[in-house]
Amino acid sequence: MEQLKETPLIQAHTGVGALMAPFGGWNMPIQYEGILAEHRFCRESAALFDICHMGEFLYQGGIASGGLEDIFTFSVTSIPVGRSKYGFLLNELGGIIDDLIVFRTAADEAMIVVNAATADNDFNVISSRLQEPSFITNISPATGKLDIQGPLSRDILADLFGAEIGTIPYFKFIKMNILGSEAIVSRTGYTGELGFEIFLPSEKVGELWNLISGDSRIKPAGLGARDLLRLEVGYSLYGNDLDDSISPLEAGLEVFVNFDKKFVGKDALIKQRAGHLTRSKIAFRVASRRSPRHFYEVWGGDSRIGTVTSGAFSPMLGCGIGLALVSPGFSDIGSEITICHEKVVMDATVCELPFFSGGSLRK
Amino acid sequence: MPVTYYSKEHEWVKVEGNIASVGITDFAAHQLGDVTFVELPSTGKTVKQFEILCAIESVKAASDIYAPVSGKVVSINKALETTPEIVNESAEKAAWMVCLEMSDSSEVAKLMTREQYEEFLKLDVQVFIC
Repeated sequence: MEQLKETPLIQAHTGVGALMAPFGGWNMPIQYEGILAEHRFCRESAALFDICHMGEFLYQGGIASGGLEDIFTFSVTSIPVGRSKYGFLLNELGGIIDDLIVFRTAADEAMIVVNAATADNDFNVISSRLQEPSFITNISPATGKLDIQGPLSRDILADLFGAEIGTIPYFKFIKMNILGSEAIVSRTGYTGELGFEIFLPSEKVGELWNLISGDSRIKPAGLGARDLLRLEVGYSLYGNDLDDSISPLEAGLEVFVNFDKKFVGKDALIKQRAGHLTRSKIAFRVASRRSPRHFYEVWGGDSRIGTVTSGAFSPMLGCGIGLALVSPGFSDIGSEITICHEKVVMDATVCELPFFSGGSLRK
Repeated sequence: MPVTYYSKEHEWVKVEGNIASVGITDFAAHQLGDVTFVELPSTGKTVKQFEILCAIESVKAASDIYAPVSGKVVSINKALETTPEIVNESAEKAAWMVCLEMSDSSEVAKLMTREQYEEFLKLDVQVFIC
């Protein structure tokens, strides 16, 4: 087995007794004091996440002339400088190679932020599709990333780094000096709460972690809490809800696909859209506190209709929740379905997303 | 005086006369992490030693709980249905799950004492880790 990678914060995590586990090829903190406590602290106050495992690529050159414009399911040239956009890198069949965010850092520059497990392949795919492959650099090893999420995140960062942070609107970012280095502070996240992602040189991450941790309004949270937080607001997780055999249309994410531009996989998506999807994403609530889990079976009446892609007990709703890919005809809101795994059987109802809408995201 | 025994599946069983109360150990609760659901059996159900008694779920995993002794379920701890977090707060006291009327008190010979269980934990720390 390949050696697990470590973020610059490995000592900080193990030093406080965090439970560590492999995630996307990295040895990452799953929990510190407990997943539910960390989840609650993020919803009520603020949580600090080590997200250094995610990948970052820097593109420098003409967006259209170098070929970046035609790579993703959204237009990079139409992102104003200082804003970011979420979308997909697809294969020829319309399957999702990765979901990612592009930050337009300058007229001729963009930062692409991708998932950890897919980063190396993403870099190869993107490079191979560019007119000018030399325009893109994998800056992941030199780039650290911390997420500060929760209703008090803005107050905490403004107290530490000045009031300008408080002015950043959702899906916008600023460049500013933090700890003597240029950092990107972005109003984005993966929790459904008001929150920020800070990118800065990896050698400064430890200092920033300690500085932010010193505020009693924030606590570290692991990937366990992060997974619960994202599922409660219905965000997809690559490797569970999305993979290279699932298209954005099947995943219910067509809103992130711009059919008015060129991109790899477009023809396949047009065909899918014109015909009938063989499966589509649903969200469901379980009638009890039982947790559905990835790969549990979904049944409608006497027929197996699909598979759970993500599932958990939702502390905010007090019941099991999940996402699944199912056959057509079972996705109407209110449809009764059954989730099965070995001897476990759960009654569930198809519902709308998000499961939880009371977060501070846009406040 | 009640005597408490332990199983290799990390259940405890407190025996008082022919009544045995059953739960999971602090070690097991800690390994499971935040408990979110406990499925209790119906009263009157009979179980054999080391067969599945009930089930427990945490944020991280789902596990079965095995009967440390054979018997008939005479009472269940209903509080766990609405507040399963008691298992994390007090696994070996407040979070008893089931009381069994034992059918064969000699079965405790197949279980461990506290001292034996603590020795066992030193050898067997890999189980339950999910």
